[in-house]
Amino acid sequence: MLYFSKTRIFLISLFTILFTILAISNFTKFEDNIINKKINLGLDLQGGSYLLLEIDNKPVILQKLQITATQIKKYFRNNKIFFKNFSIIDDQSISFEVNSIDNEKIKNLFEDKNNIINPYYSQYRAHQLELDISENNFRLNFSKYGLIEIKNSSLNQALEIVRRRIDEVGTNEPNVLKRGNDRILVELPGLDDPMRVKKLLGKTANLSFRFLTNDSEITFGTERLLFEDGSGDSLVSKRIILSGDNLLDAQPKMDNQTNETIVSFTLDRVGAKRFGKATSRGIGKRLGIILDGKIISAPVVRDAILGGNGQISGNFTFQSATDFALLLRSGALPAPLNIIEERSVGPDLGQDSINSGVFALIIGFFLVIIFMFFKYRIFGLIGNISLILNLLLLVGILTLFEATLTLPGIAGIILTVGMAVDANVLIFERIKEETETEKNQIIAFDNGYQKSKTAVLDANITTLIAAIILFFMGSGPIKGFSITLGIGIFTTLFSVFFIARLLTALYVIKNKNKEKLI
Amino acid sequence: MAKSNISFNKFYKLFNLFSILLVFISILLLLFKGLNYGVDFKGGTLIELRSTDKQITISKLRESLLNMDIGDVSVKQFGNKDDYLIKFEKKSKNANFISEIKNDLSKYLGSGFNFRRVEDVGPKVSAELLKSGIIAIGLSLAAMLFYIWIRFEWQFSLGAIFALLHDVLITLGVFSMFNLEINLSIIAAILTIVGYSMNDTVVIFDRVRENLRKFSDIKIFELTNISINETLSRTIITSITTLLALMSIYFFGGEVLKGFSLAMILGVIFGTYSSIYIANPILVFFKVSQKTILKDDKD
Repeated sequence: MLYFSKTRIFLISLFTILFTILAISNFTKFEDNIINKKINLGLDLQGGSYLLLEIDNKPVILQKLQITATQIKKYFRNNKIFFKNFSIIDDQSISFEVNSIDNEKIKNLFEDKNNIINPYYSQYRAHQLELDISENNFRLNFSKYGLIEIKNSSLNQALEIVRRRIDEVGTNEPNVLKRGNDRILVELPGLDDPMRVKKLLGKTANLSFRFLTNDSEITFGTERLLFEDGSGDSLVSKRIILSGDNLLDAQPKMDNQTNETIVSFTLDRVGAKRFGKATSRGIGKRLGIILDGKIISAPVVRDAILGGNGQISGNFTFQSATDFALLLRSGALPAPLNIIEERSVGPDLGQDSINSGVFALIIGFFLVIIFMFFKYRIFGLIGNISLILNLLLLVGILTLFEATLTLPGIAGIILTVGMAVDANVLIFERIKEETETEKNQIIAFDNGYQKSKTAVLDANITTLIAAIILFFMGSGPIKGFSITLGIGIFTTLFSVFFIARLLTALYVIKNKNKEKLI
Repeated sequence: MAKSNISFNKFYKLFNLFSILLVFISILLLLFKGLNYGVDFKGGTLIELRSTDKQITISKLRESLLNMDIGDVSVKQFGNKDDYLIKFEKKSKNANFISEIKNDLSKYLGSGFNFRRVEDVGPKVSAELLKSGIIAIGLSLAAMLFYIWIRFEWQFSLGAIFALLHDVLITLGVFSMFNLEINLSIIAAILTIVGYSMNDTVVIFDRVRENLRKFSDIKIFELTNISINETLSRTIITSITTLLALMSIYFFGGEVLKGFSLAMILGVIFGTYSSIYIANPILVFFKVSQKTILKDDKD
């Protein structure tokens, strides 16, 4: 175990130097660095916010159910199929009765793979809706895969909208990721007060233009909505003239005449046409601008608005006008989002954590190094060199993968320092034992390495298992810990079996005639 | 270090009783006193506040928070004398209640403070985190059991697992007894303890196996003692260096890592102890002999 070929020595040196350069490149400040890689700091170290959002899919599911119900009724009417007791139960299933003659026909309709009412997903080998028939009573529920499809599509839509909204806020390198099939993870580095982002994400931003009516009672086509500013309520027609889909752009502006902050908007061609038609017919009526079920403002229409440009005034401050315009531009979320987890760290706490983490690392490192030197002298020195290189390798690999370093990650590095010497200690202690019976130093050292190999490997693999499990089960900062711990095991094995062994071999071969080496 | 010859095996019975007692107390504590879960596992809100105004005291802070309608609030000093940790459970429906609290607080206390850290975990997420924490610990124990079973024999595997359970239970017991907070980083610490304790046990087992091959006439009772002694200096040195590293995290690594490093320190101490006094007596109990390892010993 003490023989190293020239190529081997070269490869070990090359590998070590390469990662050492990578590690050091983290601390250089040259912009034109050849190695343009750096370790990322986690949110707990650089400060920032972490938000976990969950989509409330209930309204989406209900809406989908209502659309399906309308399709079914239309089909029945077109095909002159008699049905009764048609209803939506508990917002999750459709139920109806048919005559027994039509029973088979309807069953076939829903089970046909090419029908449009109940789509068939070939990748899951399942329909969107499941059929439950008792005699002539039909009941339709979303199948497991039907729900998955609905959730996935609303997740993808929501992800896009969330991205757009956060990009518009203009924070530093935000991270927006899917989690599971109804969650979105948002990481905002450098932002320690996510209030504005939370406000923006808390709105579905369903925009509609609808006329206010002068009726005093709610009729079939109207509903009662509150004003956003709290100044009472009004009856509003359910007929939507325009929705947010027809919006091309929205910007906050200052009205020169009234000195008021307004939001001006531009409609697309279809929207402009529709808007022009509605406003020319509705001169004198109040046009309600409604966002998420609340009336933002309801100006009286004085002229037909034909050019597709308009403006909304609603007691905006410049900030709220900016956010309102942003919401209109980015579009509506398919469903409301709830914030189910939030973690924010201020930048000064992050800096404090880095300082104390690095300080603890330096202290721990020196304590271990001093201890090893006094215990093993020359071999302690060899162990220490391999420990220092071990650290550089670890940082180098983290840099190569541009891994994220968290506070527990720093703890993982310190722990690696403490445990890395274990392998060298195991070997040195074994060598000591071997020298008691074997007088030839080279053979004794060789035996020591040979016989302690399995113990070193087993001991490190068990820690590696723990690190791997942490990696897959943990989140955020804990993941950072498992990464440094796991990579630390590989660099430890490398530094012990290649670097320390090489140095030991060189020393022992040079001093093979001495009585007692260790 | 001169070669040691300590009769560890004389005290197997005594320390086994001691361990059984400790584990028993720990289980009682866990069952009846329970663990002090942090917001990660219980849900709720945590705010780390730093005051720059000498007028702000812990009682003033508590008083102003009680005036707001946020339910049970706990306020504690956190490390530095100007830092406070505020925790409460009530989950407001309003997404912006944290900034509301900030506004309300500045009404009472002025502007001489800032929020350094905010953690707000909903009930659904905290339940999931707890579940995945428990699964992670269970999974790692199972993986260790399996690994040792493959590398050694089932008797060794059982010995190692009992030692691990012993370490994990007693560490949790200490946390329960002193009402220390269990959060995500404690789960990470426990998993690392599992790895470390295993590491220690494996080194001794490796020597036991080697000695079993070498000596056919020494009884396992004696053999474990020889193996423990042969590896003792390594056991001590590694424990010292690991503890040195952990102590420096505990004393200098900042408040956030205190609980984590404390759990690890306990784990290393109990892990070292259990490799000697739990894992080995179990080999004795199962009367492991040369035959046990020779059955499929071809490598």
